[in-house]
Amino acid sequence: MRIRSNLENYLFVLPAVLIFSVFYIYPFYKVFTLSLCQWDGIANFNFSQNFIGLRNFKELIFQDKVWWQAIKQAGYITLIALIFQNALALVLAMACDRDIKGGNIYRVIFYLPPVLSEVVVGLVWRWIYDGNYGLLNYWLNSLGWSHLTMDWLSNPRTALICVAIIHCWKGFGWGFIIFLAGLQTIPRQLYEAARVDGANSWQIFKKVTIPLMIPVFILVSILTVLGTMQVFVLILSMTGGGPGYHTEVPVTRILASMVGSSRFGYACSQGIIFGVILLAVSFIQIRISKHMNKA
Amino acid sequence: MREGTRYKIERFFKDSLIHLFLIIVAVTCIFPLLWMVGSSLKTQQAVFSDMSIIPKHPVWTNFYDAWTKGGFGVYFLNSIFYTVTVVSGIVIVSSLAAFAFSRLKFPGKNVLFYMFLGAMMIPLPGSFVPLYVLMTKLHLVNTRIGYILCMINVGLSFSIYLLKTFFDKMPPALEDAARIDGCSKLGIWWNVALPLARPAIAVIVIFNSLNVWNEYILATLIFSSKSLMPLQRGLMIFQGTHITQYPLLMAGMTITVLPIILVYLLMQKHIIKGITAGAIVG
Repeated sequence: MRIRSNLENYLFVLPAVLIFSVFYIYPFYKVFTLSLCQWDGIANFNFSQNFIGLRNFKELIFQDKVWWQAIKQAGYITLIALIFQNALALVLAMACDRDIKGGNIYRVIFYLPPVLSEVVVGLVWRWIYDGNYGLLNYWLNSLGWSHLTMDWLSNPRTALICVAIIHCWKGFGWGFIIFLAGLQTIPRQLYEAARVDGANSWQIFKKVTIPLMIPVFILVSILTVLGTMQVFVLILSMTGGGPGYHTEVPVTRILASMVGSSRFGYACSQGIIFGVILLAVSFIQIRISKHMNKA
Repeated sequence: MREGTRYKIERFFKDSLIHLFLIIVAVTCIFPLLWMVGSSLKTQQAVFSDMSIIPKHPVWTNFYDAWTKGGFGVYFLNSIFYTVTVVSGIVIVSSLAAFAFSRLKFPGKNVLFYMFLGAMMIPLPGSFVPLYVLMTKLHLVNTRIGYILCMINVGLSFSIYLLKTFFDKMPPALEDAARIDGCSKLGIWWNVALPLARPAIAVIVIFNSLNVWNEYILATLIFSSKSLMPLQRGLMIFQGTHITQYPLLMAGMTITVLPIILVYLLMQKHIIKGITAGAIVG
């Protein structure tokens, strides 16, 4: 009876476990074996024949300059998102947290870019930035600032910052919603009490809002870093990684190793190294935040 | 009294400034979309000279051309098909599992649950590489079922977690009553648990619909026939082959975005609830 009941219960989790094992656990394991091999993705795969030890990792860490450039560029986009996107999100959330007319309408509009696909966002902005037919240059020309016009996404000096700005444009609405939800959990009496005690707006912000929002700040910053470091569809649709390698990020490099140069093993070793970097960064962030909570 | 009016005037100016700022940001959010829709209504000649947002003589045939010649009709129906199948798959599979994790007893229950939870925590960038290898091995490349199964897996962990926390709050008395009435476990899942979990299911449906509709990379790696591709993939193909046919491209993008915006405007309350829930899980 007991055994039958157990078996019956297993049937409930069976579909989930089956799909999960095939499409998550097996690939997870496969990443590690493939990363130790040299394989073009076409020929018959034989672990002992294709095995090359840690050569992929050695090449990646010590010789692949483009890879480290890609990491740096993803870090640059992340830093911009961390500072500007979140600052904008916080300011907007605080503005909407007041009893302001039409707060709900603003909320709906600000979360519009995050629900759009990266492909659509990338292609629209690619055209707006376009050197010959783009709206941005057209406007600059009509304002008489034709010396400022340029081919924004083909210029090595501007391409990365343009992509970063659009990433922030797409992402700030998400931070805004989370900050707003966090702000709304702060009891209004605290603000009133501070005001009665004679605190001005800045003091209230510094002494009441910020300390109570620290857990939300930590959450948003960790998720911003994890999300932005792994951005790539936006880049594929805006620049494809160019000009040169100036907007390459780690995931576009992984894709290039796999599709471009048919080096599946190398692509997997890139995935592992990048995964480890992400884990390390979030670990450091959590450590720092624990430290801040104590202080 | 004077103090009061002064306060009111001050408050009015402050509010106006805040509104001004909010409106500027809101316009920046909407503007690219307006530009996209406006451009989709221009002719190929006008699109490079007429820089107005709303064209004087809108050309609706662009939508017809994009739908037929551009192939967006096929892509659109494919996207609908994938979204519906994947989301129903996720709801059924994850609610069965979450129900078992929450309400049933069996050995290894916690280990299995933490396995799903762990999958949400560990970042696996470039997981599309081994996934593609697997699909080739199983002869699922360029098949609908392969893509659907992959995408069901993507949404599984989060949905199981969300539903389990929901089922945990379900009063045991309800379950007992159903059992006394002769309901089987499957009957309890269907008749008691699922209807009660409606709010959580709404969040899962909306979230995963957006996710499937907007998915790009797996669709790119798995599909090589145009007849199987969803919209996001179709857009990139169209962009690559007709690089400056902006009106048609913009029409295709409008077709891609329209359902999303409609669903978003109708469901925004659930969506915003979902983001907050999603962030807390993450």
